[in-house]
Amino acid sequence: MPTNITLTWIDYTILFLYCLFVIGIGFALKRYMKTSADFFMSGRSIPAWVTGLAFLSANLGALELVGMAGSGAKYGIMTCHFYWVGAIPAMVFLGIFMMPFYYGSKARSVPEYLKLRFDERIRCFNSLSFAVMTVFASGISMNALAKLLANLLPWQVDMSLLGMHWGSYDAYLWICSAVVLVYVLKGGLTSAIYTEVLQFFMIVLGFAPVVYLGLKDVGGWGTLKGTLAKVAVDPRALDLSTKSFAPDAWTSAWKPLLGGPAANPMGIDLFAMVFGLGFVLSFGYWCTNFLVVQRAMAARNMGAARRTPLIAAVPKMLFPILVILPGMIAVGLASKNQDGYRLPPRAVSVSAYDKALPLVKDATAKEISPAAATKAISEAIGLRLNEEKIAALLKDNAAKPLADGAIKAGIQGAVMENDYDNVILSLVKKYCPPGLLGLALTALLASFMSGMAGNVTAFNTVWTYDLYQAYIAPNKSDAHYMTMGRIITVVGILLSIACAYVASNYNNAMDIIQLVFGFVNAPLFATFVLGMFWSRTTSHGAFFGLLAGTGASALFHATTIAAGNAPGIKGGYLWSLLGMKLPDMPAFLIFPSEMAQNFWLATFAFTVCFVLTLGLSLATRRTKTDEELKGLVYSLTPKLVDEEKSWFLRPAFLGCVLLAVCVVMNIIFW
Amino acid sequence: MGLDIRLPIGMMFSLIGALLAGSGFLTRGDDAMYHCSLNININLWWGIVLLAFGLLMLIPALLSKKS
Repeated sequence: MPTNITLTWIDYTILFLYCLFVIGIGFALKRYMKTSADFFMSGRSIPAWVTGLAFLSANLGALELVGMAGSGAKYGIMTCHFYWVGAIPAMVFLGIFMMPFYYGSKARSVPEYLKLRFDERIRCFNSLSFAVMTVFASGISMNALAKLLANLLPWQVDMSLLGMHWGSYDAYLWICSAVVLVYVLKGGLTSAIYTEVLQFFMIVLGFAPVVYLGLKDVGGWGTLKGTLAKVAVDPRALDLSTKSFAPDAWTSAWKPLLGGPAANPMGIDLFAMVFGLGFVLSFGYWCTNFLVVQRAMAARNMGAARRTPLIAAVPKMLFPILVILPGMIAVGLASKNQDGYRLPPRAVSVSAYDKALPLVKDATAKEISPAAATKAISEAIGLRLNEEKIAALLKDNAAKPLADGAIKAGIQGAVMENDYDNVILSLVKKYCPPGLLGLALTALLASFMSGMAGNVTAFNTVWTYDLYQAYIAPNKSDAHYMTMGRIITVVGILLSIACAYVASNYNNAMDIIQLVFGFVNAPLFATFVLGMFWSRTTSHGAFFGLLAGTGASALFHATTIAAGNAPGIKGGYLWSLLGMKLPDMPAFLIFPSEMAQNFWLATFAFTVCFVLTLGLSLATRRTKTDEELKGLVYSLTPKLVDEEKSWFLRPAFLGCVLLAVCVVMNIIFW
Repeated sequence: MGLDIRLPIGMMFSLIGALLAGSGFLTRGDDAMYHCSLNININLWWGIVLLAFGLLMLIPALLSKKS
């Protein structure tokens, strides 16, 4: 697709410098990779501020950057709940209560902790599900990046190699993957961690000027609030929602929530938000996902490991300014139609244009009414169109026959549905002169790469230690495992690329991976909570409880649906298999929005797993003695004496401060 | 672990900052170019900020390497 961004030498130089430095870090670290512990766990030698920033950066895939800006536009300040409710408390909990067990148990990965605490079955289940999900997540991220670059950058590729056709999408995908491969292969986890810190600064420094300019342009926070108040009352004008809300719906984080699902753009109730997101999903992700925990486990000592998530929580709390505010700014600009800005419309595909062009020409020739023409073209391309703009297009075409390109532009301009993923990019295009443009694009590239590197390092560790060493080739030399680690890094990247191609063919890939994460993470957290804090939890209880919890997720998903969605990948397919239509479904199984469905799914899965694990544990015998569980369970572990002499560096203190600040922020934006 | 991360971070941001600031300095007064950034010479100002950040990372790292 043609693009209206031109890059100059300075933009390319910045991009090139970034790639040079990340690869250079990999090469510089190569000589320190002597043992598998160096390669997979950084030899447990990294200082807390580095692991802390890497912890955050690994979690920050570009999908978050792009997605949060989009959500900021769609839902307003309520999106901040994903940070202030849905991340900070979990990160504090991980640092204070769970890191002692991860770090102190000598486990080298999260599945290995499960093996030490319970048995091999649950370790196998967890490593397999994690390995598969992590490769898919990596692929989906790379697909989004390659698509974005192919749409954005003017470099066109069109060649035949090895009997296949290669376009610019393929070129960007393989080149970006190659850069990540080189530095992870050379420097292992340390390389990934160091580049993640670099990428963190890149992301902050690359996007901050855009946010500053946007905020200035829209008149500051006060004026923005006023503009968004008008939007909230009539969101239909910008195609944000079909309902109408109170004026503070976009700028108040809690009041619209208290009004119930009908009072806020997200369609959520308070319980689902606090328990489903704030507790289950949030703790389920931050406390059990090896992607982030691996960074904390690479810290140089117990104190540093515990402080890692706490250090990460500080920028995390401030990130809404960087990622969510741009979305709100975009809505503010669009509602005033400032400088002709509008929220980016959904792109019309090439095949849709082919159907639409003849219709437009036909409508002009036969002088069909704009209303009928709009309806016909709209059906042909599958997107809603603005009748006035189509009328104008037909008029222009009747006056003087327009070139195909001009007709296409007219159709695209008439599309009403918004492409939320493009919001941040539209702001970058709007405000960045050459120079700053290169910086912002490099920041976007950096966020994708940090996500991919994080996934690959987590994958290669889980594969080598929890699958290969545990089941396929135990008792080999350390050098053998290190070689395996390198091989699987290459394999992991290739698998990610394969997943990227799969994702490029299915628009639903993102939805699927969110779904699977929800299925797996929610019950897993119940298993961890019971395992870490109750010594009576047995291996049978844990394994079958987890299986049942995951199964419960699937069942919940199969029987519930969000209002307005068709049964299928979004849920509810059990009923359609039984021949029932949507209105015939029991009312309590229909949710006001997809997010509500997700949060309630998480709540349900967690509860099932928790209750079953508890019940089955009481009914079965323990297979491990108290001595074996020392260091793995709260009640059987000697209380940690904080090595820190300075009281203000103690994890408990830092945690309390963080939670207090979090509460204050929630009150300010109440 | 061996490599002080502040060195590459400091180096990279110093270079990029110098590049941006230099470009901003050379194009100062070019109103057409900076029209999109609200008529602020954002390259110059942000370039200086990046350079300062880069040096803030680099100088302590070089000093501790010497000692």
